[in-house]
Amino acid sequence: MANPSTAPLTTAKPRIVRVVPRNRNIEALLLIFAVGINAFEIAQIQLAALQQLTSEFMIYWAPVSFAALVLHLTLRRRASNADPLILPIAMLLNGLGISMIYRLDLATVANHGAQLFAGKQVIWTLLAMIIAGAVLVYVPNHLFLRRYVFIAMFVGIGLLLTPMLPFIGRNINGAQLWIGIGAFTFQPGELAKIALTIFFAGYLVNRRESLAAVGRKVLGVQLPRARELGPILTIWVASLAVLVFQHDLGTSLLYFGLFLVMIYVATGRAIYVGVGLGMFVTGALIAAKIMSYVSGRVDAWLNPFDQSNYDAVGGSYQLVQGIFGMAHGGVLGSGLGGGVPNLVPLAESDFIFASLGEEIGMVGLFAVLALYLLWVSRGLRIGYKHSDDFSRLLATGLSFVIALQVFIVIGGVTRVVPLTGLTTPLLAAGGSSLVSNWIIIALLLRISDSIRTKAKVAE
Amino acid sequence: MNRQLNRVSATVGAMFFALFVAVTTVQFISADSLTNDPRNVRSVYDSYKTQRGAIFVGNQAVAYSAKSDDVYHYLRKYSSPMYSSVTGFFSFFQGATGLEATGNDYLTGKNSAQFFEQINALFSGNSVSGANLRLTIDPKAQAAAWNALGNLTGAVVAIEPKTGKILALVSKPTFDANWLAGHNGRISAAHYKHLLNAKSEPLINRAIGGDLYAPGSVFKIVVAAAAFESGKYTPLSRIPNPVRYQLPGTNTFVMNSTEGRCGVGSTVTIADALRLSCNVPFAQLGIALGQDAIRSQAEKFGFGQTLHVPLTVTPSTYPSGMDDAQTGLSAFGQFDDRVSPMQMALIAATIANGGVAMQPNLIQSVQSSNFATLSTTTPSQLGTPISAKTASRLTKMMIAAVESGVSYNGKVPGVSTAGKTGTAQNGPGQPYTLWFTGFAPTKNPKVAVAVVVANGGGQGQSGRGNTLAAPIARAVMQAVLNR
Repeated sequence: MANPSTAPLTTAKPRIVRVVPRNRNIEALLLIFAVGINAFEIAQIQLAALQQLTSEFMIYWAPVSFAALVLHLTLRRRASNADPLILPIAMLLNGLGISMIYRLDLATVANHGAQLFAGKQVIWTLLAMIIAGAVLVYVPNHLFLRRYVFIAMFVGIGLLLTPMLPFIGRNINGAQLWIGIGAFTFQPGELAKIALTIFFAGYLVNRRESLAAVGRKVLGVQLPRARELGPILTIWVASLAVLVFQHDLGTSLLYFGLFLVMIYVATGRAIYVGVGLGMFVTGALIAAKIMSYVSGRVDAWLNPFDQSNYDAVGGSYQLVQGIFGMAHGGVLGSGLGGGVPNLVPLAESDFIFASLGEEIGMVGLFAVLALYLLWVSRGLRIGYKHSDDFSRLLATGLSFVIALQVFIVIGGVTRVVPLTGLTTPLLAAGGSSLVSNWIIIALLLRISDSIRTKAKVAE
Repeated sequence: MNRQLNRVSATVGAMFFALFVAVTTVQFISADSLTNDPRNVRSVYDSYKTQRGAIFVGNQAVAYSAKSDDVYHYLRKYSSPMYSSVTGFFSFFQGATGLEATGNDYLTGKNSAQFFEQINALFSGNSVSGANLRLTIDPKAQAAAWNALGNLTGAVVAIEPKTGKILALVSKPTFDANWLAGHNGRISAAHYKHLLNAKSEPLINRAIGGDLYAPGSVFKIVVAAAAFESGKYTPLSRIPNPVRYQLPGTNTFVMNSTEGRCGVGSTVTIADALRLSCNVPFAQLGIALGQDAIRSQAEKFGFGQTLHVPLTVTPSTYPSGMDDAQTGLSAFGQFDDRVSPMQMALIAATIANGGVAMQPNLIQSVQSSNFATLSTTTPSQLGTPISAKTASRLTKMMIAAVESGVSYNGKVPGVSTAGKTGTAQNGPGQPYTLWFTGFAPTKNPKVAVAVVVANGGGQGQSGRGNTLAAPIARAVMQAVLNR
């Protein structure tokens, strides 16, 4: 039915002709590969750890694969021209995450531990994919988000601030990034990044003219007008507040970096990036001087193998163990189930990249990085192709926030930057991160769908 | 907007490029050094998955893995504490030392010599069995060293001068590696704690410089070598021979151990000064040569460099920035000179080998688990610290020291023997460190040896190198020559 040669039969319904889902067929093919690879991963893990395949295989493979099918069918109906690569990439990454978490669970069981994560990860993945589906169904046109720009701002800032509230705010591993009720914890900052991206996109599209307007010239550099620095100052203060009160350099850097890139894309004025980075670095350096945890992290980053850092509480032990694991994996890795990634604290969440590195090796990590890069480039492609500025800005922002998060968290594990508490998108164990990343996926799919539809309408 | 997007894309590209580089660095470029970090326990874990290779001395496996009924599958066993200084221990809980650590790649089958076995294993799913190490140790020499050292604290190293093969390597007191190899963590940890806290420090490998020792008079060999290499001296060069010598700029006097003149006459030859082991002429000779000439000669012999045999040998040190008085003291092995027995044995072996230093080495060959030879160590030269002429002059002087000098207890009966004793002071009231180094036979030498006895051999300041260290060396040389 996808064959254009059948078109004459349906000329009475030209709209249907336009939505020939060629993209969807590509997507279906790629999805088969993705869930197939996920099946191999789980099977290999079971064979390595249990020496047999068990029915548990179905728990970790079938529901998520089925959800992928549902999401694919939803796209066929609701966003048939959406980008065909994004969903398979997401499935591959998410499935790899579940496999690795399951593999770590098996090690925990073997060592008589009790804290298991894979089951929860499957449930959260399903929930996140359902939410993504709901976004696709109930947000038929993302442009309506533009109407809620300031609501998005309040929601975003509110989400950022909630962990600092009494009673529900939770401090986990030294960072005040969670809220919790009973045993249930959630990292609202993950969702805040979506709300804030929507806010930035809407706000900047409206204000880009005045933001780009030229102010006084100082030392040969044309500064923006003073009052236009207001928003930058606000975001700067908010970012530093996250750093100071929530003890997380990564989150702080993520939001500020996102904002700088979006303001740059909107206005084309590099001065914002220069001034912004200068302000952030200054603020962070002062914070590092004042607050011991920042300087400790930096020292652990620069000299992780130093015995005193290695032995210090909150020192470089975890980082070094993660690096040892990756080094031990070498080029080809030990094979899934063949290493001991469970030696690293938080192997299933903050250090899942290192866990993967130990077992799938440099080659596997290259593939993971390539998947992220492909995901981000598909998002940026929307920025290039779309005719609407809000859409372009939103897609660019959502893509860049993924890229920046991957850089900060993976860079932290591989010692490119100091280690922070962000999650590895789609791989790491954790519900908030899954939900927010699947919403981003849904939004990117939604925006990409409107590119071609528009182009066709214009013909 | 496209210009901005280009730049954002470039930024993203740069960020990912950094990540690719970082991953490559960790997993490829510095992977080996990270894997070998002692804090990385993964190699140890891995090593339990396969049968670890054995370490052979002659036809006896001195360290081997036997089947066990627990989750670890194999239990490491050691035949005798006599070889603990060589093998070290292999413990699930305390890591590994000695050859168990430095030879780990071979013993676990991860060395490049087993490349094809590894490829085969990759496809077959079987794990590679660890390779066996065959050592250069001569069991008779090792036993002789072990027995001769008795209950003394010290070390013996014997080397075959032509090849650098290490024939004996003993450090005492030592430990029974079986104590740490057990799979019960509590017992193993208790044993380890006991060994760690023991006053006799059994975990220190004295032979390769877990501790370094003041060399005393054995260092005179180095100074004599520096003198001959300078071209300004011969063994017959004469040096003033007072009863005592005031060190320049101090009120300190150097005396010979006899507290008299060195032989007769107002001057003495370097040859006689070495034969009779006199401090006064050597202090003057050292000051005349200067600390730089002595240091340069010492470094040519290997001071200041880390040797891998493949056990890691702590570099011996000759101090720098000394004044003349300190140089004078350093010239007869006092002040801050610090030497390992391995270094001393290497010097003796170099002289025995006509001035050519051979790389000391413990591993004769590597064999796969079915005893096919994977690689054999070929002797390699470290350098030529002294000329053949200097070597032959030193040999003659060391023969004299044994045959008609103060090092006579090193003489192997019926064999021409070269040697030099040392009795180093360690400060007021401290027991002496006693040395002997030498080789035999002097024509076509078969064995060079260095013996150190620490803590004065239990005799405080009354023991001498010739009375305590030399007989041990003799026993070891005899064992090699009689085989």
